[in-house]
Amino acid sequence: MKERELRGLIEDVRVGKLSRRDFVRRMLAVGLTAPFATQMLSYSGIAMAASLPEYKPTQRGGGGHLRLLWWQGPTLLNPHFAVGTKDQDGSRLFYEPLAAWDADGNLVPILAAEIPSLENGGLAEDGMSVTWKLKQGVQWHDGEPFTADDCVFNWEYATDPETAAVTIGSYQDSKAVKVDDHTVRVEFEKPTPFWADAFVGTRGMLIPKHLFEEFKGAASRDAPANLAPVGTGPYLFEEFNPGDLVRGKLNPNYHEENRPHFDSIEMKGGGDAVSAARAVLQTGEFDYAWNMQVEDELLSRLEEAGKGKIVIAETGHIEHIQVNNTDPRKEVDGERSSTETQHPFLTDPAVRQALNLLVDRGSVEQHIYGRTGPATANFLNNPEKFRSEKTSYEFDVQKAVALLEEGGWVPGADGIREKDGVRLSLVYQTSINAPRQKTQAIVKQACQKAGIEVELKSVTASVFFSSDVGNPDTYTKFYSDIQMYTTTMTQPDPGIFMNQFVSWEIATKANKWQGRNITRWNSSEYDELYREAQGELDPVKRAALFIRMNELLVENVVVIPIVSRPNVAAVASNLSAPLSGWDNYTWALKDWYRDA
Amino acid sequence: MSQYLIRRLLIAVPSLLGISIVLFTILALAPGDPFGELAMNPAVPPEVRAALREKFGLDDPVMVRYLRWLTAMFQGDWGFSFVSRMDVDTLILQRLPATLIVIGASQVLALLIALPVGIYAATRPYSIFDQVANTLAFIGFSLPTFFTGIVFILIFSITLDWLPFVYQSNINATGLAWYWGHIKQMIMPVAVLGLFQGASWTRFVRSAVLDVIRLDYVTTARAKGLAERVVVMKHIVRNALIPVVTLVALQMPAVFGGAIITEQIFRVPGIGSLLISSILANDTPVIMAVTFVFACLVILFNLIADILYGWLDPRISYR
Repeated sequence: MKERELRGLIEDVRVGKLSRRDFVRRMLAVGLTAPFATQMLSYSGIAMAASLPEYKPTQRGGGGHLRLLWWQGPTLLNPHFAVGTKDQDGSRLFYEPLAAWDADGNLVPILAAEIPSLENGGLAEDGMSVTWKLKQGVQWHDGEPFTADDCVFNWEYATDPETAAVTIGSYQDSKAVKVDDHTVRVEFEKPTPFWADAFVGTRGMLIPKHLFEEFKGAASRDAPANLAPVGTGPYLFEEFNPGDLVRGKLNPNYHEENRPHFDSIEMKGGGDAVSAARAVLQTGEFDYAWNMQVEDELLSRLEEAGKGKIVIAETGHIEHIQVNNTDPRKEVDGERSSTETQHPFLTDPAVRQALNLLVDRGSVEQHIYGRTGPATANFLNNPEKFRSEKTSYEFDVQKAVALLEEGGWVPGADGIREKDGVRLSLVYQTSINAPRQKTQAIVKQACQKAGIEVELKSVTASVFFSSDVGNPDTYTKFYSDIQMYTTTMTQPDPGIFMNQFVSWEIATKANKWQGRNITRWNSSEYDELYREAQGELDPVKRAALFIRMNELLVENVVVIPIVSRPNVAAVASNLSAPLSGWDNYTWALKDWYRDA
Repeated sequence: MSQYLIRRLLIAVPSLLGISIVLFTILALAPGDPFGELAMNPAVPPEVRAALREKFGLDDPVMVRYLRWLTAMFQGDWGFSFVSRMDVDTLILQRLPATLIVIGASQVLALLIALPVGIYAATRPYSIFDQVANTLAFIGFSLPTFFTGIVFILIFSITLDWLPFVYQSNINATGLAWYWGHIKQMIMPVAVLGLFQGASWTRFVRSAVLDVIRLDYVTTARAKGLAERVVVMKHIVRNALIPVVTLVALQMPAVFGGAIITEQIFRVPGIGSLLISSILANDTPVIMAVTFVFACLVILFNLIADILYGWLDPRISYR
């Protein structure tokens, strides 16, 4: 999809020929994120139009007690230290960002009075700054007013390397400046096309200056408010037992009228996903459970009890197979899968194409993931196919065989194809997780039919995903021919996501395997496109560059996407709880209510 | 006696030191680090992880880290959790009540079953009662708790909808309803653990009583014309209880240590679930503290068991 086509689509949205939602869906199909798509629209002068979630209650409170079940409970409640999403979800009960991302990738103002745009002067034409107007009259839970000073303080707090805040990535390339008490300007070092990162969404939650001021930098652990949050959110902090329980009660001074609906809230942690699903869907002990990593078949059966329903929101997370470009069997200078080597047969395009044809995504979706993992060719999809509504992926053993035959790979005595003494024999590794082992079996079966030998290997998740330099089985070392896991798009901007394929990010011994390019794919064309996209201010041009990068990934079968992994929540049938794939599960907690 | 005590306590010091060294080394050798999850997140620059590791002293050699931990421990500083950044002692104190109540109640339940059933069965060996009790005991300790736990949930929570299967440390009620809520949610975990423990203790009590019941002094007591009740309680049980006391005393540390699997199934926020989640998160200070406290308790209760011997059996003396 070229820049001109993109502009055409945007024009269609402007005149109303194409709905915003359809536009966003198309951008998703070419591997962009929903937030990125809506930013493209806003730069083209089409303001973000977050459809406000329906909210029926006409008074504050009266909703009783809300029970949330997180099968991994939050372990800390300072959003700047949040290790996983569970901690962010827990912090979100009490803390809020300036704006949040809804399911369609629109920015929704929370502590901001409005979303900055070109029209309202919030966005600088040159992309060097963005000005946020803050909501007036917002109070911290202890009664102190919320002002621009707090925003600036959060920037100082996060960017201080001594604090070791995990949010530093969202703040370090910018500077927050107070304009007046209720206006703050984020100034960037260079033109920044994606401006909505600092103060927004999962890593944008704001902590109060007056309580954290003395605990910036090295003393950050000593702040009493780390364990007893004082925020601006819909609930006041009551109790916190790490990993077990977070409890809050209605904030009578919340800055939006008639909100929140519930008088008290609790977030219980611990246990496992299946029993959490039961507690909501079957027994109704809880109102909401997060991250339902449960086979869809079971979820559907539990839903029959009628106590709750499954809610799904699209994300950019993709379960995919990575194809190694280097030789995992040869050791060079104490390192296997070294960039000095070339994979003996996976560098042959015919083999790669054949492998792509041998992954039966339809079966994986149908028999394993169901609603919780729609088959996808996304992030490597190409838009024409999507438009013609043909399935965008193919499973065809015959075609794969033909491709291999054409490439000169003929069956040997044992039925395994070989060429010049190289046998098509793969080691296929992944982490231990029931759906993954089932997927492995499906792929192995198809490969065997086509004359490719597959040896399956499963590694405990805690080892596979660890960054332990001494362990040969980590995913970044990639000491196998192909491997499978879910790559998560935690950033609304695809910039960071797409650097998984640039040559300077290749994981090697030299960088302690911390590089993000795990397939060790090296393409100067891709590198160039990426560099160009980094400095490109015009989001439409930038999108076109990202789409071209995607096409390169498709053409070269750098990775084989299998299913996308949406956010899945179990929700009591009478509970209204908007879910977004681009923000925390609890992003819209203020809008949750129970139908009488 | 006091000499004996002092000697025992002095012996405990090197064993505790040894235990702590072994624990610390194993934890240091285990793969992974508490900030591993950050490595998966592209939005977090690797420098943050490096800074955190340095800040929490994870990059120092094992020896240095161990000595630092040991000196802090001597001064009563248990350190803080890498994961929640909360002081370890607060974290443990938060979890202790649930464990004490649930596991404690289950041990009491186990004793309440094991003692009467075991004694009664032994006084009437191979009677119908004995046969039934034996069979049930066999079934009881053959079924693992994770299995009975899930069966209980399926029957009492899901099918019958009588009991909740998520344990909550705070119950949203006052007065009697509060007590009832607590009791209701405790029934299943306590039953699962108590029945399992009770089953094996029943067998043990029975055989201990059987050993004593045939001894000559019991016959003498009977010949004296003492009431059967007196013979059983005073002459048989008191002597038969000696090995049982050891067994029960050695089980006591578990009351503090929690039951990892059962706590996980019923989401009891106890020490066991704290331990397992810390192990999964590589949260060394918490693992060290919990396991070390556990080791201390084992040693302490061993000592208590030995002292109880003397009270039950005056023939045993301490030198």
